[in-house]
Amino acid sequence: MNLNRYKEALFKPLIDENPITLQILGICSALAVTNNLTVTLVMCVALTSVCAFSNLFISLIRNHIPSSIRIIVQMTIIASLVIVVDELLKAYDYETSKKLSVFVGLIITNCIVMGRAEAFAMKEKPLLSFFDGLGNGLGYSVILIGVATIRELFGAGTLMGYEILPLVSNGGWYMANNLLLLPPSSFIIIGLFIWAIRSYKPSQVEEDDFALSKHRTNEDLTKRELNV
Amino acid sequence: MNDSILKTLGVAFTICLICSFVVSSTAVSLRDMQNENKANDKRMKILQAAGIFDPSKDIKKQFETLEPKYIDFNSGKLLSGLTLEQFLSEHKGDYDQIAATRDSRYSKPLSTSEDIAIIKNRENVGKFYLLRNDDNSIEKVILPVRGYGLWGTLFGYISIENDFNTVAGLEFYEHKETPGLGAEVDNPKWKALWSGKQLYRNNEVALEVIKGKVPEDDLNLSYKVDGLSGATITSRGVTNMIKYWFSDSGYANLFSELDYES
Repeated sequence: MNLNRYKEALFKPLIDENPITLQILGICSALAVTNNLTVTLVMCVALTSVCAFSNLFISLIRNHIPSSIRIIVQMTIIASLVIVVDELLKAYDYETSKKLSVFVGLIITNCIVMGRAEAFAMKEKPLLSFFDGLGNGLGYSVILIGVATIRELFGAGTLMGYEILPLVSNGGWYMANNLLLLPPSSFIIIGLFIWAIRSYKPSQVEEDDFALSKHRTNEDLTKRELNV
Repeated sequence: MNDSILKTLGVAFTICLICSFVVSSTAVSLRDMQNENKANDKRMKILQAAGIFDPSKDIKKQFETLEPKYIDFNSGKLLSGLTLEQFLSEHKGDYDQIAATRDSRYSKPLSTSEDIAIIKNRENVGKFYLLRNDDNSIEKVILPVRGYGLWGTLFGYISIENDFNTVAGLEFYEHKETPGLGAEVDNPKWKALWSGKQLYRNNEVALEVIKGKVPEDDLNLSYKVDGLSGATITSRGVTNMIKYWFSDSGYANLFSELDYES
């Protein structure tokens, strides 16, 4: 048993190979469920557990999955786990499950879960796959919690429902930024995260598909035409 | 050998069997808790409609301060005495009005002309709640209402002041409207607009959700509620819901009786 590989599987997806900022996967739910930190935490726990256990179960039977139906088999396992998580939420945390509504169900289509199952769990041993799922779920969680903290703190002046910055409307001094409560704001925040991480780790910067040509002004163009 | 037809079928079948077993056993074992949560959520909405919900206290205890009453929609009168006892023993004290609409013994289909809120089957008996003052006079009546919006039926409760004309609050506990548009029926700001609105003008239901904002100098200000922008059909559904439930086939006849009782 090689401990280093487990460590790598667990910690690499946090920053180095973060599924959201490097692979740009699973950002649909990052937009929808990040305006309140409590809801975000529940969503993170749900996704992380689904990702870890789907990796574990798929890896357990990886040698028996016929390649012609492998995607369907993976989906069946993932979908079952998601339904179980959804049912548990409805039983133990009804309020949050109402706020999350369809987004728990949509974990089924979350690209991170499917991506790890296909790319990692189909090849590696069960326990290692479990840690990989856990790591990727945590990588997703780190970004989501960051986005949610910014959005709730500066959008509503609260964190997990507790008042941090007293709002002007409640007699305080902070004027809430309503844009942060709307989904597009998470696009901006995630973009800033990606920029920060890639400045810190330039190896993550992708090569341009097409190089931008040099800017030319109208004058240049007219001159060129005259020359011709 | 993984790709032989037999193995493929076998794996598919086994996976399906195991997964369906896991899914159905969790669903069955958690059903009671989920139903309890749902019931509590509905109780909370009723308390909120009545304007007396206190999140720091137990929902069930608070709910017991409300007095359940039953209305026979066919006659528009309260159930009382022997009929009430008979009714309660038939349902073992646990009457579910919405379940009754799916049972032909306890409901009847409405004719198209009558069914303006598109509720299809109307139960014979409705269960509503009274909030009483300390001197036992009625403070508010909390009535179940429902009507079809855009994607499905909106289920809610509306509370009326003891003049039986002024709206005190409105809450929906279940709907399928579009998030951000029709689902704004859940927006506290919009729900707050209902408080103080009047239901009847010259014995006709006049309260309606209009298109756009109600001008502040409108003479009929108290009969109009701002429309939900981008949700015309949901707004119309809410208007129809009010029109139906406060007509003679709904609660209109009940009020004179309650007046007498208080």
